Amino acid sequence: MVAGGLGASAWVVWYFFAAEPASVVAGQEAMIVVEGAYAPAVVRVQAGRPVRLVFDRRETSGCSEEVVFGDFGIRRFLPAHQKTTVEVTPPAAGTYEFTCGMGMMRGRIVAE
Amino acid sequence: MSDTIAGEKVVIPVTGMTCAACQGRVQRTLQKTPGVVDATVNLMMGNATVQYDPSAVSPEALVATIAKTGYGAELPRPDANAFDEQAARDAAQEAEFRELRAKALVSGAVGVVAMVASMPLMAAGDHAHGVVADPFMRWAMQALTPALRGALPWLYAVPASVLSWTLLVLTLGVMAWAGRHFYTRAWAAFRHHAADMNTLVAVGTGAAFLYSVVATVAPGVFTRAGLAPDVYYEAVVIIIALILTGNAFEARAKRRTSQALRALASLQPPTARVARPTPEGGTAEVDLPVEAVRAGDVVLVRPGERVPVDGEVLEGTSAVDESMLTGESRPVEKAVGDRVIGGTINRTGAFRYRATTLGADSVLAQVVKLMRDAQGSRAPIQALADRISAVFVPVVLVIAIAAFTTWFVAAHATGTPPGAAAVRAFAAAVAVLIIACPCAMGLAVPTAVMVATGRGAELGVLIKGGEALQRAGDVTTVVLDKTGTVTEGRPTVTDVVVVGASSVERRASSSAEAIPSTLDARRSPLAADDLLRLVASLETMSEHPLADAVVRAARERGLPLAVPEAFASDTGRGVTGAVEGRGLAVGNGALMRAWGVDPAPLAADAERLAGEARTPVYVAVDGALAGLVAVADPIKAGAPEAVARLRAMGLDVVMLTGDDRRTAEAVARAAGIDRVVAEVLPDGKVAEVRRLQEGGRVVAMVGDGVNDAPALAQADVGIAVGGGTDVAVEAADVALMRGELAGVARAIGLSRRTMRTMKQNLFWAFVYNVVGIPVAAGVLYPAFGLLLSPILASAAMAFSSVSVVSNSLRLRRARV
Repeated sequence: MVAGGLGASAWVVWYFFAAEPASVVAGQEAMIVVEGAYAPAVVRVQAGRPVRLVFDRRETSGCSEEVVFGDFGIRRFLPAHQKTTVEVTPPAAGTYEFTCGMGMMRGRIVAE
Repeated sequence: MSDTIAGEKVVIPVTGMTCAACQGRVQRTLQKTPGVVDATVNLMMGNATVQYDPSAVSPEALVATIAKTGYGAELPRPDANAFDEQAARDAAQEAEFRELRAKALVSGAVGVVAMVASMPLMAAGDHAHGVVADPFMRWAMQALTPALRGALPWLYAVPASVLSWTLLVLTLGVMAWAGRHFYTRAWAAFRHHAADMNTLVAVGTGAAFLYSVVATVAPGVFTRAGLAPDVYYEAVVIIIALILTGNAFEARAKRRTSQALRALASLQPPTARVARPTPEGGTAEVDLPVEAVRAGDVVLVRPGERVPVDGEVLEGTSAVDESMLTGESRPVEKAVGDRVIGGTINRTGAFRYRATTLGADSVLAQVVKLMRDAQGSRAPIQALADRISAVFVPVVLVIAIAAFTTWFVAAHATGTPPGAAAVRAFAAAVAVLIIACPCAMGLAVPTAVMVATGRGAELGVLIKGGEALQRAGDVTTVVLDKTGTVTEGRPTVTDVVVVGASSVERRASSSAEAIPSTLDARRSPLAADDLLRLVASLETMSEHPLADAVVRAARERGLPLAVPEAFASDTGRGVTGAVEGRGLAVGNGALMRAWGVDPAPLAADAERLAGEARTPVYVAVDGALAGLVAVADPIKAGAPEAVARLRAMGLDVVMLTGDDRRTAEAVARAAGIDRVVAEVLPDGKVAEVRRLQEGGRVVAMVGDGVNDAPALAQADVGIAVGGGTDVAVEAADVALMRGELAGVARAIGLSRRTMRTMKQNLFWAFVYNVVGIPVAAGVLYPAFGLLLSPILASAAMAFSSVSVVSNSLRLRRARV
């Protein structure tokens, strides 16, 4: 029983923290499906150049109605079943996170 | 975006075009329309760019032309994006609320039925284990069973398997319909290695449901393992119902956080009455959509109507209610030459005015945009909540697993029958999953920012974001720029002294400074009015700010001004010339001496006036000293009260100015400021702010944003005291719509209040989870025998986020 519990805990930690999400794309333009999560959740881009992210929100749940780019001071409403474009320019190499309005859904722009 | 301001080019969005043929058809039709110079239709962008001759065709006619081709077209609203987005958001939130409410009500009703139907099952299974682990259900059963037995005796005759199967079907129905999004979203998130609130609800209710299904379909699996084949259908349904209820309340409360913005966006009237030339050569008053109003148009407003666009009054007077934009409750008098702001309400008179700034440049559109940006911004205090919510759900999953394991092992070790051990372990794990609420943490700060910026706008205080709000709450020192902030920023004649008069005639000019008027009409070579008239006549030629004050003073007195026969400016000293055949020299002591006039007889007066923050100017007429005119920049009405209020809030108040020390100190004395830094150059202001910051102060710099922009930017919080129209001062974190200093105290007071609310929210959200999760896991059981019911856990979870949003909403009524 104890072994089972430890094993399950270890798996939870590994699955949510260690395992790299498979959905990574590269390029200055990306289509991101918003449905329970951001897919892809990681967009690799070049620093200093504008990045165009098109959010395709395929659900009505209120949780994902906003996308927030904290580093850029952007909070954008995503109408359900519509595509919404957000443009940002990462000033330097680094990781720029975007989240839903409550910080539960997460994605990031990795600028190189 | 429409470009009607230029008057000859407009971009019209066209809908319904699907192919190049559609594009060609619209383009050809437009090109053939009389008055169209050129037309380009872009299929990809879905719009038509039309160059046209405004005297031959109007944008509205172009829209009608496109509409005749069968495609949809309408003129873009000036701030279509802001308004449309708000409308779409409102509609989505309203729909979400209705849907959640319907689902909550239905699943709540089903939950009651499920609970009643579970009673006989629980009574049958009321042995040593089972429901004892769930105090809520135990209480409910004890309280309700006798009544239920009396009211529905047949229920207890129904075979247990029939009841179980009925409950299974009911629960499945609720999960598939009302709770569907919990499971679909949890699954979608899981596939992307992510987890959120839905994961917790889905795992918690899903586990309870699966346990119950196995107990119903194949009870032998449990009985063989020594476990009780209990069912938890009613818990699943009630948990879903309660969480949906919480979500519905939350959706409604969230909608109310943006109410102030909605109110602002709705101020814009849809039409304007504009005077337009008629083909017969006259002018006619026509009602036009505001999008069609062009700069320079003459607009008419009647009493009780909203002013449709920004402009400048040409004819008529009125009192205009600007409270919705400036927070000023008294109507503001408007006369020829005054600015009016679109969206304000005309109260008393009718007037005509010339439209100036339109569309996205209008004051209202700028305020709405600024508010939207502010409400979308983040406050640094949120960073901690963000870090926690990033790991929150997986951590809770691990705690739930740990709770289950610990219960099971501990129960086993203490010799509890394995059946009871499993039931308790299971209830604890589910309660942990259900009680954990990441939403309250996510809502704690953004809802407070939304409500506070909205409340600020109502008070005429535009706070440009969460960070500004947070820093303004921490301010310890307020630095006031003198000119335009503490004072009116407009020099005014305060005294006219005539040689030979032993006392002085003082003129309390304009509204502000109440100086007792000690008019002395004793005989003298020149009466005060004559002196003022001569000086003002000469000064009409000068562009010096002091000259403007003298001319204004003469006009206010109704003195007829003459055209000077000669005029010369002696830079740094004054002006000379001739008026009505008399030689005049107006300037400082140096100018007098250069003209062979001894200023000594009035030197004492000049000295005294300079000590009162006034600038004395000598006047010589025909080579003889005739008098003095003193000019000062009067202190703003309410400035001393505002300074007193800032000090009462525990803030240090410092005044910065480029003026000389004596003038500066006199102004500071009158305004009640005890710390003055005088004779600073514009870049010296930045250095002074930096010096205060290096001393550990959190500095708010207050200025008019014209020549102190660098200091505003250097300060922790830059506050621009606008005239109500310059809302977009870049360097400022806070813009005051009214020129009053009282707004500074309001901005800081509101920020402090908001920070308190944010901290309360975060504290509540953290403590709720920090206390709730261990209690749900059963830490109180060994000492008090207390174990939390998953149903009670879901009620707590549902209302924790509602309570956070409600606390933020209290800021709507903040008195600051």
